[in-house]
Amino acid sequence: MFYKVFKNTLLTLFAAAVLIPSSIVILGSFKDDLEIYTKPLALPKHWSLKNFHTLIETGNVFTPFKNSVIVAIFSVGITLFFASMASYMIARSTTVTGKFLFLLFAIGLAIPGQVNIIPIYHLFVQLHLTNSLIGLILVNIALTLPISIFILTAFFKDLSREMFEAAAIDGAGHWRIYRSLALPLCRPALAATGIFLFVICWNDLLYPLMLISELDKKTLPLTLIDFRGEYATSYSMLFTAVLVASIPMVIMYLTMQRTFVAGLTAGAVKG
Amino acid sequence: MAFPAFAIYAFLYLYPSLSNVYYSFQRWDGVTKPEFVGLHNFTYLATNDDLFMKVLGNNFRFSFIVVIFQTLLALLFATFLLKNTKTSIALRIVFFFPTILSSVSVGLIWNFLYDPNFGFINAILKSVGIPGLNWLGDTRYSLYAIALTQVWFHTGQMVVIYVAGLQQIPQELYEAAEVDGASRWQQFKNITWPMALPTTAVVVAYTTIQTFRAFDLVYSMTQGGPLNSSDMLVTLIYNTAFSSYKWGYASAQSIILVFVVLLLTYLQRRTLRLNTGEK
Repeated sequence: MFYKVFKNTLLTLFAAAVLIPSSIVILGSFKDDLEIYTKPLALPKHWSLKNFHTLIETGNVFTPFKNSVIVAIFSVGITLFFASMASYMIARSTTVTGKFLFLLFAIGLAIPGQVNIIPIYHLFVQLHLTNSLIGLILVNIALTLPISIFILTAFFKDLSREMFEAAAIDGAGHWRIYRSLALPLCRPALAATGIFLFVICWNDLLYPLMLISELDKKTLPLTLIDFRGEYATSYSMLFTAVLVASIPMVIMYLTMQRTFVAGLTAGAVKG
Repeated sequence: MAFPAFAIYAFLYLYPSLSNVYYSFQRWDGVTKPEFVGLHNFTYLATNDDLFMKVLGNNFRFSFIVVIFQTLLALLFATFLLKNTKTSIALRIVFFFPTILSSVSVGLIWNFLYDPNFGFINAILKSVGIPGLNWLGDTRYSLYAIALTQVWFHTGQMVVIYVAGLQQIPQELYEAAEVDGASRWQQFKNITWPMALPTTAVVVAYTTIQTFRAFDLVYSMTQGGPLNSSDMLVTLIYNTAFSSYKWGYASAQSIILVFVVLLLTYLQRRTLRLNTGEK
């Protein structure tokens, strides 16, 4: 009896802790500041789209949105491509090279990417890669390669060796086996890893903050930070911006919930 | 076939990591030529820099609180939500939801919840007669307030990891314990806890690293303030480099961060191995 009450109370409290702030943000996007302060959880008196209009007119949301999409898609796509090739090679390698490469990438798991901000910044200034989306994409690829290779190598190693050997005997080269056998077989792992990487790239603040200062190159998290400075405590505008910035993730989460959870937990466990 | 990955990784990960070590022995403002100063940056950090020591302490406290609370909460929730019933699955989806948001979004949302004048938390406290606090603006509470947000942010992710781990435990163990009349607490203590130790190790290691990487959330909530009361290592390194222009010194700070993370990971692995009897 006590256990049941204890369990249900705790579960209800945490569910409320997640759902209440989410509702405040969604409802708040349709309210003005005064209504948010006085009745944060009530339904809006009028479902006004004024905040969205203001955001579009003044806030320049399209550019950062577009930049975030470009950076995330290219970072994830290229990382998955390169990481899957490397993982395939490492998993199939029978020589010491594969082991050595794997260890080398494992170093990247031990050193948090955040500690390299100074050398990366300096290098990028020299290469004229600051204020460049390509620069951001390159950083994202470098930072996420180790974890991706870790996850994908484990997956490739679970595939049967005999199958690959049979294909090799039939005369298929490495590239052919990778493309027509290994890649299709590891589609679930690629999807999960891809989502994991997408969340990282979409949400990252540190590297864009350091590398991007021009307005038309900013990504969404960076624009949100600017908004906080601009609108200070105008939470109606801030909530609207948060809602717009989160919508792609929320839609992906609701439609591909299994892959999402698989990806974000594989990333944690393997990392 | 590993070449493209290797090339990018070597050029943009390994090489910067090595230059970081090199920079840490220099006095350098990022513009003029670096000057070699030997171990000076490190001796200064260890003996003269009160701010660094404070921030190191902050980060350890933050990490400790988040690891303890997040891990225990996640384990508790995972035992509640272990069975794949409709309610359990729905609750796991709800709990996991914050994980997909960006730290900046989470920071902005919690800025509102913590707002001393209009905030939701103080409004609730006032309605039951407790005076509100200036959560993020008071040096005594800011660190704990951010820790609470971090726990809110990532507990759901850890619940899912625990559920996967706990579902591996053979059901017969619980059935046998039930027959012997073991209470729920005894079952938890003697079956769940020891059997979940490998998962706990993963969760603790991941959370530890995550808390020592903390930047986005701190930057968007307090920027380390007030008076550095919520400053963490990465926010300090960022400011040392980009506000104070002491680049060599910031590199030395980040080398210390690498050592802290490596040391903690190593110690945790050792403790876990002792506990599970693995070699």
